Amino acid sequence: MIATQTIPDFNISSRIDQVGVEEKAKRFTTRSIKTETKVNGLKLVLNMIDLTTLEGKDSKGKVQQLCYKAQHLHDAYPGLPTVAAICVYPSMVKIAKAALGNSGVKVAAVATAFPSGQAPKDVKIRDTKFAVAEGADEIDMVISRGKFLEGEYNFVFDEIAAIKETCGNARLKVILETGELVTYDKVRRASDIAMYAGADFIKTSTGKIQPAATMPVTLVMLEAIRDFYYKTGKMIAMKPAGGISKSKVALHYLVMLQETLGEAWMNNHWFRFGASSLANDVLMQLEKERTGVYQSANYFSVD
Amino acid sequence: MAKAAKNNTLKLKFDTINYAPAPESKSSATIDAQYDLFINGKFEKPLSKKYFDTINPATEEKLSSVAEANAADVDKAAKAARTAYDKVWSKMPAKERAKYIYRIARMIQERAREFAVIETLDGGKPIRESRDIDVPLVANHFFYYAGWADKLAYAFPNRNPKPLGVAGQIIPWNFPLLMAAWKIAPALATGNTVVLKPAETTPLTALKLAEIIQESDLPPGVVNIITGAGATGAAIVNHPDINKIAFTGSTDVGKIIQRAVAGTDKKVTLELGGKAANIIFEDAPIDQAVEGIINGIYFNQGHVCCAGSRLFVQESIYKEVMRKLKDRIATLIVGDPMDKNTDVGAINSKQQLETIHKYITIGKKEGLEIFESSCTLPKKGFFCKPTLFTNVAQSSRIAQEEIFGPVLAIQTFRTDDEVIEKANNTPYGLSAGVWTDKGSKIFNLTTKLRAGVIWANTYNKFDPTSPFGGYKESGFGREGGLQGLGTYLNV
Repeated sequence: MIATQTIPDFNISSRIDQVGVEEKAKRFTTRSIKTETKVNGLKLVLNMIDLTTLEGKDSKGKVQQLCYKAQHLHDAYPGLPTVAAICVYPSMVKIAKAALGNSGVKVAAVATAFPSGQAPKDVKIRDTKFAVAEGADEIDMVISRGKFLEGEYNFVFDEIAAIKETCGNARLKVILETGELVTYDKVRRASDIAMYAGADFIKTSTGKIQPAATMPVTLVMLEAIRDFYYKTGKMIAMKPAGGISKSKVALHYLVMLQETLGEAWMNNHWFRFGASSLANDVLMQLEKERTGVYQSANYFSVD
Repeated sequence: MAKAAKNNTLKLKFDTINYAPAPESKSSATIDAQYDLFINGKFEKPLSKKYFDTINPATEEKLSSVAEANAADVDKAAKAARTAYDKVWSKMPAKERAKYIYRIARMIQERAREFAVIETLDGGKPIRESRDIDVPLVANHFFYYAGWADKLAYAFPNRNPKPLGVAGQIIPWNFPLLMAAWKIAPALATGNTVVLKPAETTPLTALKLAEIIQESDLPPGVVNIITGAGATGAAIVNHPDINKIAFTGSTDVGKIIQRAVAGTDKKVTLELGGKAANIIFEDAPIDQAVEGIINGIYFNQGHVCCAGSRLFVQESIYKEVMRKLKDRIATLIVGDPMDKNTDVGAINSKQQLETIHKYITIGKKEGLEIFESSCTLPKKGFFCKPTLFTNVAQSSRIAQEEIFGPVLAIQTFRTDDEVIEKANNTPYGLSAGVWTDKGSKIFNLTTKLRAGVIWANTYNKFDPTSPFGGYKESGFGREGGLQGLGTYLNV
């Protein structure tokens, strides 16, 4: 907690110019990433993935398979890293934890009445407590978008702070659900609230609402992280989630991260991709770089 | 869980400054060993019998030899343009003229890659810019003015607009092909014929355009493209067959042209130097404003007449802006213009590099604080680190004179009135930038700043539909848009 920090007036968060930020985000996509930079980037992307399954029909078997995949992305290609984490509902945390052992792969649990967040505060706290007690290393919470849009910033702030306290040692990711906030100014304001309230990560989306992660939205959040770092000296991590399924796009995100926040953020402690289908596309590209030819999707496991 | 979980965090080099090389292929461009003068629809040997070299400023290697037109060559070109005007172009229905201009636009699009590559090789600008900005704008200019050709009566109702005759056009080296398009497209649309001279350091894309014009079957003599240096330009200005001079370049040369045409009935438009104020208010979207500062001064290595070379930052946000600006400069990739990742390419010529160095020395001598990018420059070629000076005074030469390079002069201000006064306190008046979230402030500033183009919350944006031109010593006459037609017509 930043007890000693002055909490700013969120009504006067930095302004964002829509045209400017979209133009800047587009500029990152003109970087041409080749050869060894590409291979390094792709491996880094794999290592930054939060492999996710968040469905009502999730079963023990599916989670276990996903956990195996997290550690063995594509054994035909030697020397690949593991993913960063597995992201599941709280009821699956124990199963995932057991399946991952001491592989280093974290278990992240979505909590606080994910994905809508439409529950009273005490229910959200209990949800979080349960996930932490089951062994979750990370908690992905959602903010109360209704309250935020009403302008009840103190409510949103207090809720995040309360969940952070409940998390204990687990790292807290705060999902803004940017698709429901609509404007970049609001994304920026929500980012500021989350960081000052104690978020370890800020995250774009649940993946259940469209649009989910976009490059301009992510850029607005990265710039918020940079400003927070300038002011407090504290690093905050970033997780774009939903809609990133192609290697090329993921590399553009890395370019944006590197050129906005720099080297210190270029690892899975400070940056994650919330994605389920991205990994296979990255693997396909890595195999292409290694062998010179594209392989059929049938050569990559679907978990 | 017995032992501490192992760390799965991977650290790999993904260093922006050292992205693996991504060079644009040169194979799409063919450059001949020698180019002659394009007169009357044919490439003709110069009567001067002289040629000069054009080099790649990024490698200092010779690209080609180009003919040097003397007064006799200029006479030949002007006579060809006069004949084409009298016999063909002035009699052709406007709708037919438009077809040729459309055709040229489409042919430029088809060969966009070739144009971009040659523009970068000959001028030193990054391929990212020539590919994404220059060449698309060139095609757009031709498309836009093609549309006007048969609608001039609507542009100037009840005026019966008539073409002037032969236009002599002299263009600079900073946007070689784009300036050719800005000049040729409206001249043709309004029914004039053209003698155009590209700058001596960057003649190649104009000569490539001549090839396209030849292939487009445009009647011979309607567009003549001749190469040479200052003497060639002077011969064009002084030729009696020329009815209009359109010049883009330095204020010094602009003044010489003004003197030369005094007492003649030649019409003139001049687009000259600038020392634009880019003004950042405390309520601005700061991250976007910082990007605007970068685009304002480091775009095209600062070789932009409307470059935002004077930065005014409101004092309450000065520290934040400076920190972000310096961080951003650190991520600018300076180097091989042909690499797709290069942000800042080569300085156009050795002479220009010396001019820039001269000003940097002056700035240091004036006791200003200097900050330079930490990048390493290539050993060969003409390169300059993105540079900025702080603590600059209005009386400093860095703040008064046009440097035409990647050098920014930074001042702070307290009130709106103060910044308006300082921004206007310059012999130039080409452009300005205003950054604020408050609409009323934008309108207040735009009515009081004495500059031809004022951008709000953006910078260096160009569009064929928008007029461009200066106040005071930045010149007169407008290019682009409907206003750009009027300067080629008697109305």
